[in-house]
Amino acid sequence: MATVPALEKPTMTVADAPAVQPKTGLRKYWHLYAAISPFYLLFLAFGLVPVGFSLYLSFHRWDGLGSMEWAGLSQYQYLLSDSDFWQSIGTTIVIWALATFPMIFLAMVTAVMLNSAVRYKNLYRFAYFLPNVTSVVAIAIVFGSIFSTNFGLVNALLQAVGLDQVAWLNTPWGIKVAIATLMTWQWTGYNAIIFLAGLQTIPSDLYEAARIDGAGPVQTFFRVTLPLLRPTLLFVLVVSTVTGLQSFSEPQVLLQTTANESTFSGGPDHAGRTMVLYFFQQTFDNNDFGYGAAVAWGIFLVVVLFSIINWRLLQRRGEEQ
Amino acid sequence: MASIKGSRRRGIALHAVLIVGLLLSAFPFYWAVIMSTHTSSEIFSYPPKLLPGSHFLENVRNLFDAIDFFGSMWNSLLVATTVTFLVLFFDSLAAFVFAKFRFPGRKLLFALLMLIFMVPAQLAAIPQFVIMAKIGWIGSMTALIVPAAANAFGIFWMRQYMKSAIHDELLDAAKLDGANFMRQYWHVALPVVRPGLAFLGIFTFMGQWNDYAWPLIALTNPDNVTLQVALSQLNGTHGTTDYGMVMTGAVLALVPLLIVFAIGARQIIGDLAKGAVRE
Repeated sequence: MATVPALEKPTMTVADAPAVQPKTGLRKYWHLYAAISPFYLLFLAFGLVPVGFSLYLSFHRWDGLGSMEWAGLSQYQYLLSDSDFWQSIGTTIVIWALATFPMIFLAMVTAVMLNSAVRYKNLYRFAYFLPNVTSVVAIAIVFGSIFSTNFGLVNALLQAVGLDQVAWLNTPWGIKVAIATLMTWQWTGYNAIIFLAGLQTIPSDLYEAARIDGAGPVQTFFRVTLPLLRPTLLFVLVVSTVTGLQSFSEPQVLLQTTANESTFSGGPDHAGRTMVLYFFQQTFDNNDFGYGAAVAWGIFLVVVLFSIINWRLLQRRGEEQ
Repeated sequence: MASIKGSRRRGIALHAVLIVGLLLSAFPFYWAVIMSTHTSSEIFSYPPKLLPGSHFLENVRNLFDAIDFFGSMWNSLLVATTVTFLVLFFDSLAAFVFAKFRFPGRKLLFALLMLIFMVPAQLAAIPQFVIMAKIGWIGSMTALIVPAAANAFGIFWMRQYMKSAIHDELLDAAKLDGANFMRQYWHVALPVVRPGLAFLGIFTFMGQWNDYAWPLIALTNPDNVTLQVALSQLNGTHGTTDYGMVMTGAVLALVPLLIVFAIGARQIIGDLAKGAVRE
C-alpha cells in the first residue's frame, strides 16, 4: 500500500522543475499549445461556430427554407411547459439507468474474472469486445426480432417454460427493457475491457503485499483494486452517461416498425421516445428548426448536469489528493 | 493437494461463468448469420429458426442488385482509415500534454474539452450542414473526415491512460538526455502507450465505420454513400423490409471490421504498459 501515492502524482513533471533560463509564458510553453491546437481549431470551425449558430437559432422561428423570425425567449418558455419534452427526459433517464447500472456491475465482475483467469484470456477478451463492433442499425434489427411479440426468441423461451408472453415492443416497460437490454449487451464487454486495462496498470506487488498482510480476495478488491480503479470507473461512468443520455439509434431503429405516426415517435405512447428522438421529431418531422435548437440546448443542460453529478461523486476522494 | 483441487474447482467455475457470458455476447451474431440464410417469411414464422437455411446466395444476389455494395464499402474504408490515423496522432499528442505537463490555462482548457465532450452532436448538426454546404464539402467524404480528425473522447481516454502508464522517471531521464518535446512524445510516450493507441485506433475505426447519422445528412448523393447509409437505404425505401437481405448486408459489412479487430486485438492483448520503468 505504501507505493500507492507514487502512482497518484502524475502531474509533477519535468515542466515543474525550476527552469535554468527563465522564459516568459508563451515562449516557454508554445510547443504545448501547438500540440493541443488541432483539436481546438477543428472545434472552432465545426463545433463552436455551429453551436453558436444553433443558440442564435433557438431565439428564432425558422422552417429551414424561409426567412428567420425573431422569437425572443418564447421557444424556451414553451420548452419548460412542454410535457412531451419532460416525458422524454424521464424516458431517457429510465432507459439509461436500466442499462448503465447492470452494465457497470457486469463489466467490473467480468474484468476481475478475466484478470484472474489465466487460460484463454485472449479469447474471452476478443469475444466480449465483439458486441461493440457491430453497427447499431444491424443489431437493433436483430434485437427487434429477438423481442418481437409474435415470433421473437424471448417470447418463444417464455412459452417454452410455460410463462405468459409479453408484448415487449408494445408496452411502456417492455420497450424500455428491450432498449436497455440492447445497450447493456453492446457495452458490457467494451467496459469490461476498459476495466481490465485499468486493473492491469495496478502493480502486482501491491496484491502480493496485500496477500502477505493477510487480506482476503474481497478485502483486496475493496482496499486495493477499487481505489486504484477509480479513474477508470470515472471514465466509464462519464462515457456511459454522455452516450446513454443521447441514445437515438437504438430506439429509432428498434421502434421504427411499431411507430405509427413517424419514425421518431418512439413506439406506442412514445414510451421509447428519448430526448434526442424528440429533437429529431421536432426538427425534421415538424421542420421547426428554432424549437429544435431550443430542445437541443435543453438536452445539453441535462447531460451536463448528470456528468457534473457523476464527476463530483467519484472525484471527492479520488484524484484531488 | 486439497488446495490444488480447490483452486482447480474454482478455475472451472470461473470458466463456466465466463463461457456463459461469451455465449450471450456471441448469440446475436449467430442469430444474424442465421437470418441471412433465410427468406423474410421464414424469419417471421414460428418457431424461430435456429439453424442455417438455404437462401444465403439468393439474399446476396438481391443485396448486390439493390445497392452498390463494394462502392460504398470503399468509401467507408477510405473515411475510417484516414480518420483513424489523424485521430491517433492529434489525440495522443494533446493527451500527452494534458497528462504530463503543466502550463498556464491547462485546467481551463481541459475543462473546456470535457464540456465539448458533453455537447450533443445534434446541437451542431444543422448549422454544420449549412456551413459545409457553403464550403462545398457536402456530398463528399471530406465532410466526414475533417470534422472527425481530432476528438474530445480520444484525448480524454489517452490522458487517463497516459497518466498512469508513462512514468515520470522515464520522462525526467529523457529530459536529462536533452530530448526535446517531440522526441519525448515520439520516443518515450508513444512506445509505452501502444496498447492504448491500438484501443483508440480500433475504437475510432469502428465508430467511423458504423456511424450513420451524420453521413446520412452529409452525403446527399444517394449513389455515393458509406456502407451504413447504403444499408439504411435498403431498410427504408423498399416498403416492407426484406430482413433476410438486410441482415446479409449487415453480416457482410461486418467482415472488414472483424479483420481489423482481429489484427488490432493482438496489440490490445499484449501486456498493457507493464513495467516500462523496470525494463
